[in-house]
Amino acid sequence: MEEKVSTKGKVKSIIANLVIVEVDGPVSQNEICYIKLQETDLMAEVIKVSGNTAYVQVFESTRSLSINTEVEFTAHMLEVTLGPGLLSKNYDGLQNDLNTMEGIFLKKGEYTKALDESKKWDFKPLVKEHDQVEAGSWLGEVDENHQPHRIMVPFKMQGTYKVKSIKGEGAYTVKDTIAVISDTEGNEFPITMTQTWPVKVPIRVYNNKPRPYRLLETGVRTIDTLNPITEGGTGFIPGPFGSGKTVLQHALSKQAEADIVIVAACGERANEVVELFTEFPELDDPRTGRKLMERTTIIANTSNMPVAAREASVYTAMTLAEYYRQMGLKVLLLADSTSRWAQALREMSNRMEELPGPDAYPMDLTAIIASFYARAGYVYLNNDKTGSITFIGTVSPAGGNLKEPVTEATKKAARCFYALSQQRADSKRYPAIDPIDSYSKYLEYDEVKEYMNENIDEKWTDNIETVKDILIRGREASEQIDILGDDGVPIDYHIAYWKSEIIDFVILQQDAFDDIDASTPIDRQKYMLHKILTICHTNFEFESFEDTAEYFKRIINELKQMNYSEFESDKFKNHEEQLEKIIEERKVD
Amino acid sequence: METQAFQKIYTRITSITKATCSLKAAGVGYEELAVINGKLAQVVKVIGDEVTLQVFGGTEGIPTDAEVVFYGKPPSLKVSDELSGRFFNSFGLPIDDGPEVEGEEREIGGPTVNPVRRQQPSELIATGIAGIDLNNTLVSGQKIPFFADPDQPYNQVMAMVALRAKADKIILGGMGLTNDDYLFFKNVFDQAGALDRIVSFVNSTEDPPVERLLVPDMALTAAEYFAVDKNQDVLVLLTDMTLYADALAIVSNRMDQIPSKDSMPGSLYSDLARIYEKAVQFPEGGSITIVAVTTLSGGDITHSIPDNTGYITEGQLFLRKDTDIGKVIVDPFRSLSRLKQLVIGKKTREDHPSVMNTAVRLFADASNAKTKLENGFDLTDYDERSLEFAKEYSRKLLAIDVNIDIDEMLDTGWKLFNKFFTKAEAGIKENLVEKYWPEEEGLEQKKSGKEKEEPTEA
Ligand SMILES: Nc1ncnc2c1ncn2[C@@H]1O[C@H](COP(=O)(O)OP(=O)(O)OP(=O)(O)O)[C@@H](O)[C@H]1O
Ligand SMILES: [Mg+2]
Repeated sequence: MEEKVSTKGKVKSIIANLVIVEVDGPVSQNEICYIKLQETDLMAEVIKVSGNTAYVQVFESTRSLSINTEVEFTAHMLEVTLGPGLLSKNYDGLQNDLNTMEGIFLKKGEYTKALDESKKWDFKPLVKEHDQVEAGSWLGEVDENHQPHRIMVPFKMQGTYKVKSIKGEGAYTVKDTIAVISDTEGNEFPITMTQTWPVKVPIRVYNNKPRPYRLLETGVRTIDTLNPITEGGTGFIPGPFGSGKTVLQHALSKQAEADIVIVAACGERANEVVELFTEFPELDDPRTGRKLMERTTIIANTSNMPVAAREASVYTAMTLAEYYRQMGLKVLLLADSTSRWAQALREMSNRMEELPGPDAYPMDLTAIIASFYARAGYVYLNNDKTGSITFIGTVSPAGGNLKEPVTEATKKAARCFYALSQQRADSKRYPAIDPIDSYSKYLEYDEVKEYMNENIDEKWTDNIETVKDILIRGREASEQIDILGDDGVPIDYHIAYWKSEIIDFVILQQDAFDDIDASTPIDRQKYMLHKILTICHTNFEFESFEDTAEYFKRIINELKQMNYSEFESDKFKNHEEQLEKIIEERKVD
Repeated sequence: METQAFQKIYTRITSITKATCSLKAAGVGYEELAVINGKLAQVVKVIGDEVTLQVFGGTEGIPTDAEVVFYGKPPSLKVSDELSGRFFNSFGLPIDDGPEVEGEEREIGGPTVNPVRRQQPSELIATGIAGIDLNNTLVSGQKIPFFADPDQPYNQVMAMVALRAKADKIILGGMGLTNDDYLFFKNVFDQAGALDRIVSFVNSTEDPPVERLLVPDMALTAAEYFAVDKNQDVLVLLTDMTLYADALAIVSNRMDQIPSKDSMPGSLYSDLARIYEKAVQFPEGGSITIVAVTTLSGGDITHSIPDNTGYITEGQLFLRKDTDIGKVIVDPFRSLSRLKQLVIGKKTREDHPSVMNTAVRLFADASNAKTKLENGFDLTDYDERSLEFAKEYSRKLLAIDVNIDIDEMLDTGWKLFNKFFTKAEAGIKENLVEKYWPEEEGLEQKKSGKEKEEPTEA
């Protein structure tokens, strides 16, 4: 890259974290600059340019800043550093390592290195001299927490190159040159294990992005069984406060079948992040037996941290996800809550006195959200390996009303909709995902259906339909009972209602805080679904409606006890036997 | 505060609104304090050489040639042990005829705790109120508001919670507090012999509303002093945060910001979060717990203020009058303590989560039965029983005048289950039923007496 004389400027106006700077040279949109406030440098990003004035959003509090303070521009956009050592890290929204910061309180203008530059990694080459490579080609790999971390040709490098030299097996730091590659004109480029990438630009060095088709097991029954998400899929969880968005996302981060999990806490509570900090180093990854923290990176930009950094945090997280995807890994990216990101955009747009859209959000909100979700997906890399980013965001609609701009915009972008219902949450029917209003568009994909029917059960998708029908019939029956009274409807209505309650209590409801019930592998889901559908297809006889409630509660109780027991254990089987006996009591052919 | 040599003095105000004044001035720092005509003000906007000040006391009577003095620093508070037992106004000046506090001067609204330096909250705060301890257990380091209509006794309940909580310090941040309520707090704290553990910052209904914008930061700066420097457990009471938010709206309105929902500033979420997130458990032992009050209008929680608050705090406590028993209860449906998971069944008896959940579920069944009744339908035997259960549950556990320890609350729960329901109806985990289901004759025995055999659980 050529050396430029860096542009300088002077602060001309201050409105909270929006600062207007008069510049003496070229600046670009999204360029990073530093405001020289006394002995601290405040990092800021250009968000609008007009003549020789740049509008910058400051990633820190602007307290005590005054007019004419000097500003230095960096000639690059907000970038993250990519390389081994990202896993297990706790970053803020700008990728500062929170653990290496000093003191209890965050200091204004304290920026820390993203990677440990002294640590040595055991490097294994994957290419030979003279091999042809391009951006994203795997040059070698190191073992990062038992994951094959591929060292790649920097994504910024365009065209094809030849490997001039490559280091043999050995231990190197992220700053050591591990290869030299040369372009067609013979220019040589030393390559280290790190590279940088601007967070707001998608990494696109892959061959193609087909529709996702593989089921991503989450262990959450109401998702896997009713509205499954795919590897490389997108989904969102809107819900009023306290309805269980965060608990659900934490469950996904613990249980989902992913190689890498990136959690972006975006403008939410610090105590919730502390929960991850505290638990993840202790909890085992059910698939590998290693600690969950080993496969996880946490981006913590909590609600009390600067608003502009909150906006950046989701992009930082997405870029890290893309980086691991390029290594052929399955990445799960979770963001809680994307509404806070949208609100950060709103605050800025407000200060810039832009023409507001609905609810004072910026006019282009829908486009911003759509292009963010579009960065997820299942890809074939240029070496024909596959990698994926599954993205699930939460949305916190104002007043719990789903007819608000962020929910509506996200609905257009995400393929799975997991609507949390206040009513379910109030009656502690957790997870409060409304089974009827929610949907997974992936169930309409032929390739997804085929995959599930081949890999889970040949009747799986039919069964999902059946379950949904029973739930809908149950809801209708219960509405009729409410209108006409218990004895104003035929007994069949009560039976239909109670059959849907079985599904509700045993499949939909799941105790996120119970060691066994918290996560259900797909085999077990299949077994239970089968069991329940058999009951639902059984005809029962009752003399009066009063007997239905008591009878089905006993059935539900046994099934719930099964959920709380180790799968196929003696206890599990005992309850199953009890269940069969109860069924016999009233079964008719 | 006296004028000092280095302070800059101006006398030409260019524009005045109800809450702000603008003037041309140089070298002014953002958020710096100033005095206009004897009234405190703070820099909220700088455009070129035009500085806009938010005037805390309101701009009534300020002339365009008023004297404006800049202090060269943001608002601050002098902290030391001398704060204990004292009453201050929004600016941290004594209102109790006592001397000014000597101590280290600290900027208010200071920096954020690094999240990795926080400790996971894990200490239960017992209040004796079952509607709280049993269903919505509080934990030190938590932030939680009471959502209450203005006619509910929220300040009384809050004072009760504060006194029973065994905190080292209680810091009261009163915003728009009526004089009666101010005296009420003073009295109960005095009578409990707790005055020396209390620090109060009070903006009363007689004071200008914009002043109260300083109260939470003052209270929390004092709280941080005791929690960080002295490793104490500090409980901060903020009442009423709705009046605080109203003051935010006044200022943003005067600055021509585009309002979002309910005429509130678009930054309401961040503004409130900055305050509430000061709640923290420090690794060295100190903690800040925030119990706040957010008054509702007509019970509407979808209004921007309670709505944004709910998204920030770790739950909320709803007070409601239960007309069946004629008492104020902590509503089990709409109340929630998010941090209770960290202590229930861990610091309390193992059956705590199950008893809590089951009781609330059965209480919900009762409310369904009530709807049926109101719609003129016949009730089943189960409906009748759940209604009876609900009344006793309300009286013995939810009412705010209950004062018992948690084990007793749990035992009461089991007794009520046994009295009104079968084991299958209660649907609690088997191992707990075996251990805690009361021996005495309950519904189960009565039923199996007259009906066919009840299938027993293995
Ligand atoms: N699956 C679950 N099992 C048991 N309890 C749950 C479950 N999901 C949620 N809860 C309860 O609901 C509370 C609130 O959940 P959570 O914090 O996830 O809400 P939220 O939707 O993220 O709210 P906010 O928008 O305010 O962040 C939890 O503290 C817990 O008590
Ligand atoms: Mg949440």
